Amino acid sequence: MSNDGVNNGRRRFLIATTAVGGGIGAVGVAVPFVKSWNPSEKAKAAGAPAKADISKVEPGSMIVVEWRGKPVYVVRRTDEVIGLLAGLAEELKDPNNTVTSQQPAYANNIFRSRKEDLVVIEGVCTHLGCAPKYFPEVKPQAFQDNWKGGFYCPCHGSRFDLSGRVLKGSPAGKNLRIPPYSYVDENTLIIGVDEENA
Amino acid sequence: MSKVSDFMAWVDHRVPLTATFEKHMSKYYAPKNFNFWYFFGVFAFLMLANQILTGVWLTMSFTPTAEEAFASVEYIMRDVEMGWLIRYMHSTGASFFFIVIYMHMFRGLLYGSYQKPRELIWIFGMAIYLMLMAEAFMGYVLPWGQMSYWGAQVIISLFSAIPIVGDDLVTWIKGDFLISGITLNRFFALHVIALPLVIVALVFLHIVALHEVGSNNPDGVDIKKYKDEEGRPLDGVPFHPYYTVHDLVGIVVFLFVFCFVIFFWPEGNGYFLEHANFEEANGLKTPAHIAPVWYFGAYYTILRVVPDKLLGVILMAGAIAILFVLPWLDRSPVKSWRYKGWISRINIIVFALFFILLTWLGTQPATGIYAKLGIVGTVVYFGWFITLPFISAKEKTKPVPERVTG
Repeated sequence: MSNDGVNNGRRRFLIATTAVGGGIGAVGVAVPFVKSWNPSEKAKAAGAPAKADISKVEPGSMIVVEWRGKPVYVVRRTDEVIGLLAGLAEELKDPNNTVTSQQPAYANNIFRSRKEDLVVIEGVCTHLGCAPKYFPEVKPQAFQDNWKGGFYCPCHGSRFDLSGRVLKGSPAGKNLRIPPYSYVDENTLIIGVDEENA
Repeated sequence: MSKVSDFMAWVDHRVPLTATFEKHMSKYYAPKNFNFWYFFGVFAFLMLANQILTGVWLTMSFTPTAEEAFASVEYIMRDVEMGWLIRYMHSTGASFFFIVIYMHMFRGLLYGSYQKPRELIWIFGMAIYLMLMAEAFMGYVLPWGQMSYWGAQVIISLFSAIPIVGDDLVTWIKGDFLISGITLNRFFALHVIALPLVIVALVFLHIVALHEVGSNNPDGVDIKKYKDEEGRPLDGVPFHPYYTVHDLVGIVVFLFVFCFVIFFWPEGNGYFLEHANFEEANGLKTPAHIAPVWYFGAYYTILRVVPDKLLGVILMAGAIAILFVLPWLDRSPVKSWRYKGWISRINIIVFALFFILLTWLGTQPATGIYAKLGIVGTVVYFGWFITLPFISAKEKTKPVPERVTG
């Protein structure tokens, strides 16, 4: 066709460079559309710490505190249950808390807490985000015969011990997340603040 | 009369109105042996129109914020004149849309409507189905009830199974660190503008592709093979007026059923509108029994059969994805099940029954016998697709008639 005075090579080159140039432009235009879906400044600012009065949390009971819109479980474990935690390793997917993002350093122990009895756990199942239910009694349950106390997710049956560690056979893969928290005083807990007396 | 034809001539010189009408209606030849199953394409079109019309009216009274969404739906139900009817036409309409779509897809399976040269019609149809699932899911979030909230939580969390980027992707979709009014507001935008536009465009492509190759029929024979001296298929009739009038009869019957359900059974015993959704969203408390609306049931069951997050999500995505490649899995020389071997014929029925079983299981708790049935159902579901290439290629088929029979 070049005998018609058409330079096909140059034509192809121009088409290709125009397409590439247009493509880069399109990617550039996509940036604001994609970015506008990120959490807004307002959404980011909403993460204020939550205080909780723990003086009335008796051994074996639980209170639910709302922090960043999520349920946070504050449980005071009984001595019986605390004694069982160390012996559960065989039944757990991750007994040694290997996923560091799931707990602060001070909760990287079998109790997954600052104090042995009181544990603070985000009530968000690591499978698909439902709020697991609290089954503290050591007795046979419909979902497990040799139940040693813990949390059971009603959505897809994930099971966790009373340290929020995931049991084998659950669809969830990670242990429940421990939020950053600290004690303001003997009876007051603050969730979302890491340092003591902060 | 001549004034009218003069006007039509004036229009036709400027836009191909008559030519388009002839191409797609009065000179579009459809096989004369369409049966009951061929009503569902038209019903799907009717339900699409119903959803768009009632949907537009609902947006006039709905408020897409976490604070007011739930109350505004109750406002529509109680205070807006006939708002309850518009709302039920939309919410119950969604379930009817899916019933119709599933029947329409099953028709495709029975008569091999996805086979060459109709692969793209099937793929456009599957894309519509996928978009409808997204549309229905986002629509279900809008009333901001307990099931809206926790359904959204579970479905969006599915993306967290993707390695590395999963968690960030979930935050990006939510637009927040939890499901909030921000998520609700963006789902509203997608539900009322973006996805309907995509669905309408795909429906257009679905029909353009269909009219290019022509409709299949219960015998799966090509009606273009035998034509009269003017080139009209001997076994075809013009879509208009024959099938337009024929379909109107079906539409009347369908609307009787639809109206009966809207008036007397709009919640469908918790299958069309789940009981938990009459309680406002509470991010701190998951309902004791959480289940999707019935039309997602089969995939939800498949998601739950493996006690592993990533595998479950892969299996569920695979269950939908495998439908797209169906035209290349079926290697049978004949289209319609009427002329396939008996193994294929039994398999289609078994597959359909197990799909219904999986759908029902998805609305039940996944414990005991239900969990075991879920595994069996999942094996049968994938087994049908995996064995299809071998069975369809090997088995003995019956001779296909030259002309349509019924």
